[in-house]
Amino acid sequence: MRVPLSLLLRWCDPGLDPEAIASVLALTGTEVERVRRLGPESGEGFVVGRVIEATQHPDADRLRVCRVDVGEREPAGIVCGAPNVAAGQLVAVALPGAVMPGGTKIKKAKLRGVESAGMICSEAELDLGTGSDGILVLPDSIAEPGTPLAEAVPLGEVVLDLEITPNRPDCLGVYGVARELHAATGAPLADPPWAVDLGAGGPVEGAAVEVELPELCPRFTARVYEGVGPAETPIEIRSHLHAAGMRSISPIVDITNYVMLVVGEPMHAFDLDLVEGGALTIREAGADEIVTTLDGQSRTMLAGEVLISDAEGPTSIAGVMGGARSEVSESTSRVLLEAAVWDGPTIHDTSLRLALRSEASGRFEKGLAPVVTERAQAYASVLFEEVLGIRPQPGTIDISSAAASSPKITVGDGFVTGLLGHEIPPERLIGILERLGFDVEAGADAIEVVPPPDRLDVQRAVDVVEEVARIDGLDRIPSTLPAIASAGGLTAGQSARRRLADSMVAEGFFEIAGWSFASPGLPDALRLSADDPARNAVAIENPMSEEESRLRTTLLGSLLDSAARNAVRGAESIRLFELGHVYLPAGDDPADQRIRLGGVIHGTSRPASWREPSPPRADVFAGSAVVRSVLSGLKVEAALSRPESARPFLHPGRSAEVSIEGAAVGWVGELHPLVADHWALPGAVVFEIDVAPVLAAMPAVIAYRPLSAHPAVRQDLAVTVGVAQSAAELKAAAFEVGGPELESVEVFDVYSGEQVGEGRVSIGLRLSFRAADRTLTEEEASAARETITAALTERFGGEVRG
Amino acid sequence: EELERNLGGDSVDVTLPGDPASFPGGLHLLTSTMREIEDVFVGLGYSIVEGPEVETVFNNFDALNHDPHHPARSRTDTFYVADSVVLRTHTSPVQVRTMLDCPPPLKVIAPGRVYRRDDDATHTPQFHQIEGLAVGEEITLADLKGTLLTFAKAIFGDEREIRMRPHFFPFTEPSVEVDVSCFACHGGKRADGSRCSLCKGTAWIEILGAGMVDPNVFAAVADAQPGYDPAKVQGFAFGLGIERIAMLKHSVPDLRLLYDNDIRFLGQFG
Repeated sequence: MRVPLSLLLRWCDPGLDPEAIASVLALTGTEVERVRRLGPESGEGFVVGRVIEATQHPDADRLRVCRVDVGEREPAGIVCGAPNVAAGQLVAVALPGAVMPGGTKIKKAKLRGVESAGMICSEAELDLGTGSDGILVLPDSIAEPGTPLAEAVPLGEVVLDLEITPNRPDCLGVYGVARELHAATGAPLADPPWAVDLGAGGPVEGAAVEVELPELCPRFTARVYEGVGPAETPIEIRSHLHAAGMRSISPIVDITNYVMLVVGEPMHAFDLDLVEGGALTIREAGADEIVTTLDGQSRTMLAGEVLISDAEGPTSIAGVMGGARSEVSESTSRVLLEAAVWDGPTIHDTSLRLALRSEASGRFEKGLAPVVTERAQAYASVLFEEVLGIRPQPGTIDISSAAASSPKITVGDGFVTGLLGHEIPPERLIGILERLGFDVEAGADAIEVVPPPDRLDVQRAVDVVEEVARIDGLDRIPSTLPAIASAGGLTAGQSARRRLADSMVAEGFFEIAGWSFASPGLPDALRLSADDPARNAVAIENPMSEEESRLRTTLLGSLLDSAARNAVRGAESIRLFELGHVYLPAGDDPADQRIRLGGVIHGTSRPASWREPSPPRADVFAGSAVVRSVLSGLKVEAALSRPESARPFLHPGRSAEVSIEGAAVGWVGELHPLVADHWALPGAVVFEIDVAPVLAAMPAVIAYRPLSAHPAVRQDLAVTVGVAQSAAELKAAAFEVGGPELESVEVFDVYSGEQVGEGRVSIGLRLSFRAADRTLTEEEASAARETITAALTERFGGEVRG
Repeated sequence: EELERNLGGDSVDVTLPGDPASFPGGLHLLTSTMREIEDVFVGLGYSIVEGPEVETVFNNFDALNHDPHHPARSRTDTFYVADSVVLRTHTSPVQVRTMLDCPPPLKVIAPGRVYRRDDDATHTPQFHQIEGLAVGEEITLADLKGTLLTFAKAIFGDEREIRMRPHFFPFTEPSVEVDVSCFACHGGKRADGSRCSLCKGTAWIEILGAGMVDPNVFAAVADAQPGYDPAKVQGFAFGLGIERIAMLKHSVPDLRLLYDNDIRFLGQFG
């Protein structure tokens, strides 16, 4: 809400500069987004003047030469281009030396040969309004010529842009803000603008209202004004409205807007002669019912929305926008002035649906207190008399289903201190509440508090504590720590995940922050088959874009996108990982959220260096080494196997399934060339591992195994097998038959070529034997090796090479 | 002597890169920031709890005292995957889950990804928060202030002060926004007398929202966990944005850099 400071100070003036006022408000709960200055920085050189004479410029059709009384001995000669300038007018004059908003300094000048000593200003030039098609003509009685302009009009307004939190609709009017300022500073608070009411209750003649929906319209008030004649909105009201971001439209509309600005309650004025039957009904809209609003648009309503209608049909969308048919105009003579409150959510939904957000709907949607209707009527009656010189007709229509009184809240002694951890002395506490308009009654061991009728947000003792704490000043609250003794810490799984990420970093990977969102096109880019389960993704009903309309089922999308972006930017070696969530549909449950570790390698297997200027490109073995290494860091052994059917996005011959204790947990491999093409990452290696089974396989406590004091005996063997034969199976078989002393089996050589024949490969295994209780002999080791050799030749059709 | 002579002939340029060369690597700035914050609270005796990002409307809004028409529920603000299921808009639903799981007293933080339908220069539809929750019989607003002061000093430097400004959140009462004293200037002015661009001359930087847990939030879980009878316990909660903390602390000018994953950016942190 934009608050013109001069209007705020009318009710509470703490004698502080605007920034200090902003700070006081900010520290007591009313955020000030900005402090803006309108109009000239200084009032110096701006005076009220009277046009004594306005004659045609000899050499310019559009210019007049004016003699203007500016309170000095000699009138000032001023050339003016405004079409409306005329002798007798009281005007705003910028004399030489005055600095206009924007910084232009007024100087004596010759305009087409005629000396001009100043400028007669328009509203817009002074930032008092938007009117720029003519000069500002001041009311005759406002001041004598020569009076500083700032004494006659709010020149150089300061505007506070306030962010009112949704719980405080009472601050959507300037007086509510003044009450805050009063509570915070102790500066006196003037009587509210509704202290005087020129109208009265009782029946109203010639107008009637029926409320069919009391739950959506807790209170509806209306008064009738007759004999509306021509008038002009006073410059002060116009300029305040302008400063608050509202256009001056007509005296009646300006009055309603001014009431809204000051009281916080939007009003609506009907031309009573255009209300069919002189009666309004507040009722539910029929589905597809059409209302023509003030702006001339036809709006189609939904059932459940609220209309105001007369005998002929709808005249207004309640709380959102008035109708065109009964709009006040220059010819209006009888006005039905409405002040009502509406169900906030209904107004919010309707205004949002119709994209009709206004100062009024923005207030109504917060759920205004019913009491503001009578306040608005009272203040409006004063303004009608001031601006239009008329008083309301007898009576007030007042249909209310609202609860009459505010709750009485008991705040036990010690409750405030117990919640704040800080004691506020009782007299101070009571003083704060009273300045905020609360009725306070101190009892033996508690206080009884009744909030003012516009503070619907205060219902409970804890709400009262907030009031006291914020006005007392949160800076008074001391700093202590909770007296809860707890060890805290990371769970085993949480620390293991940290170690996993740290291991990836140690392997030379950068962690990325990928997107949880995925494109529905990703499965195609990954060549997933139509029935691939990874196509089954959680869909977002209202995504930012189609590209972000699914939740990811794999980390691969972000990894490849990020790698591709870096490659395009010239990165030669790219190693990225993410330890993040994927989201799998889970029937009735929201989603099966799993942590995965994914990575991509693109480039060489080792950094180029002075010793190795051209290292080999990273291939599947670079990926498998990383996977094994980071899992073994958690003491989890990963087994890799040739896939029975390759994943469609991986190279079928250069990819592996990763498993732990026989259960599949992920995959590693080179991208399928078609997929690699899509991201322009030829030969890229990728992997993705489910983390939960890794954590589950981690030993909780590692038990010590005795170190043998006896040396190991090493023996090598080489066996020739078919190329489809996996080394892992050879190893497994070796362990199976090798006896308890077989400590390790490592592949030390892989050879294929002429000597071993087409379709065959020779695999060299280094066997290491060790006994816990004695030194093994070469003979024992050789015997074991022979057993292993026999098993390998028998099971895998192997031939032993010499 | 001969040995020494021979060794003298065997001299290498030790300024050459070591061998084998290794690839650089690093944690993402968001991760390292998250860990840094987690470690502060772990040091204060907090446990780390986690919750799902695809969350029920009940946990994300209802149980957190959002009225049925709260604007944050709207489809313009929140991602829906079903009528009663959303992408969580804050880490606060983990408060609810944790209280349902564990009786008081407790001190927990809940880091994680959250989602809002915002995408502009200062918002990404996905971002990260850390939620904090302490519940006991005598937890006070002063405890909240002391906790956040400790946090601010640990993250932004020992000379930091904090201030609380009253605010409004549905699930805390009283609610506050918390500012940390600017670490790039003195009283809003840089050493050369110019206005500080980081705090915009205010000397304070907003870093998080917090407050005393609203009794209605306790009431929402008290049926299942009677220990949370709102008449018996009180507590504080806070929520802070990791991106904001990381950007402030490391002078990252553009939120997009955090999600662009350019290795020239990634390589600066870790």
